[in-house]
Amino acid sequence: MISALWVMIGIAVFLGAVLGFSAIKFKVQGNPLVDKIDAVLPQTQCGQCGFPGCKPYATAIAAGEAEINKCPPGGEEGIHKLADLLGKEFVPFGEGAAPKAKSVAFIDESTCIGCTLCIQACPVDAILGAAKQMHTIIASECTGCELCIPPCPVDCITMLPIGEDITNWKWRYPVFAIQEVA
Amino acid sequence: MTEYLLIIVSTVFVNNIVMVKILGLCPFMGVSKKLEAAVGMGAATTFVLTLGSGASYLIEHYLLGPDLAYLTTLSFIVVIAGIVQFTEMVIQKTSPSLYQILGIYLPLITTNCAVLGIPLLNVQAKHDFMESLLFGFGGAMGFTLVMILFAGIRERLDGADVPGIFKGSAIAMITAGLMSLAFMGFSGLVK
Repeated sequence: MISALWVMIGIAVFLGAVLGFSAIKFKVQGNPLVDKIDAVLPQTQCGQCGFPGCKPYATAIAAGEAEINKCPPGGEEGIHKLADLLGKEFVPFGEGAAPKAKSVAFIDESTCIGCTLCIQACPVDAILGAAKQMHTIIASECTGCELCIPPCPVDCITMLPIGEDITNWKWRYPVFAIQEVA
Repeated sequence: MTEYLLIIVSTVFVNNIVMVKILGLCPFMGVSKKLEAAVGMGAATTFVLTLGSGASYLIEHYLLGPDLAYLTTLSFIVVIAGIVQFTEMVIQKTSPSLYQILGIYLPLITTNCAVLGIPLLNVQAKHDFMESLLFGFGGAMGFTLVMILFAGIRERLDGADVPGIFKGSAIAMITAGLMSLAFMGFSGLVK
C-alpha cells in the first residue's frame, strides 16, 4: 500500500518537474493585450458574444474586429473595465445585445403642414394624405422602417414603440450565431 | 530483425489499430476532414504513442512489477496525460497553425483509447522494451496511414455528388466501414 503511494507520488513529481521545466522552455509569447483582455472577461465561455469562447472574443477585440459591449455575463461593469483597459469610450449594451423594440411611426397632426414628402418616402404606402391636407399613418400597414422621418421638414413624425400584448406576442427565434475565428 | 519487421507490418496492416481493433475512432472521424490536419494529428499521435509505449514499459517493468500490477492502468493514464501535455507545448511553440487546426483534439489524445490500448496490449503480450517501442510506433504508423487515406477520401467526397441522405457523416461512416472491410484482406498477409 505504502509502496503504491510512493510510486504514484514519484510519477507525479517527476512529470510535474518535466512539465514545469518545459512550460518555461517552450513558453509562447502570446499577444500580451489579448491576455489582459481575456483576464477581464468572465471566462464563462458562453458564446453569447458570437465567438466560440472568451479567448477568441479577446483576440477579436484586440484585433479591433469586435465591439466591447458583446459580453452579457460581464455586465456593464465588464464593459467599463474593458473601456478603461483599451482607452475607449464606454459603450452601453445595445445593438446586437438587445434588439430595438418594434415600433410604428406617428404623425403629430397639429404640426403637419401637408407637404407629402413623407408619403413619397413611404415604401409601403402606409401614409394617408394629400397636398395641403393633414397626413396620418395607417398603423397596421407601417413597418417601422423610419424612412419617413428624415424628409419631414417640420419633424412632426415620431416613432412609438408597440407594447407587446396577447394579440401580437410570439416566440423569439433562437438566434445564436457562432463565428469561426480561424 | 525479422521479428521486429513482422511487428511493424503486423501492427500497420494486419492488426491495424483503427480498422481492425476499432480503437481511436474519435480522432479518426473528428480530424480527418482535412489532409493537413490528419497528417498533423498522425504525427502528434505517433510521437505520443511511441514515447508512451516506451515509458509505460519502463514503469510496468521497473516501477510496478507483479506486486503493484493493479496500478497499471492508473499510472499509464497519468504518464500519457503528461506526455500529451508536453506534446501540446512543443506543438504550440513549433507550429502555431497546426496547433490551431488540431484544436481540442490535441488534448483529447489523452483520452484516445488507442494511446492507452497499445501499452495495455504490450503488457498483455509480454513484449520486451524494443518490441514495446516498435509495437507503439507501428500502431501509430497504422493510425497515421489510415488517417491520411481517410482524409484523402473525404476531401474527394466533398466534391462528389453524394445523394442527399448520405451527405456528411453518413457517407464518412460508410467509407470507414468499407475501409475496415478492405483491411480485413490483410489478415492472411503474415503466416
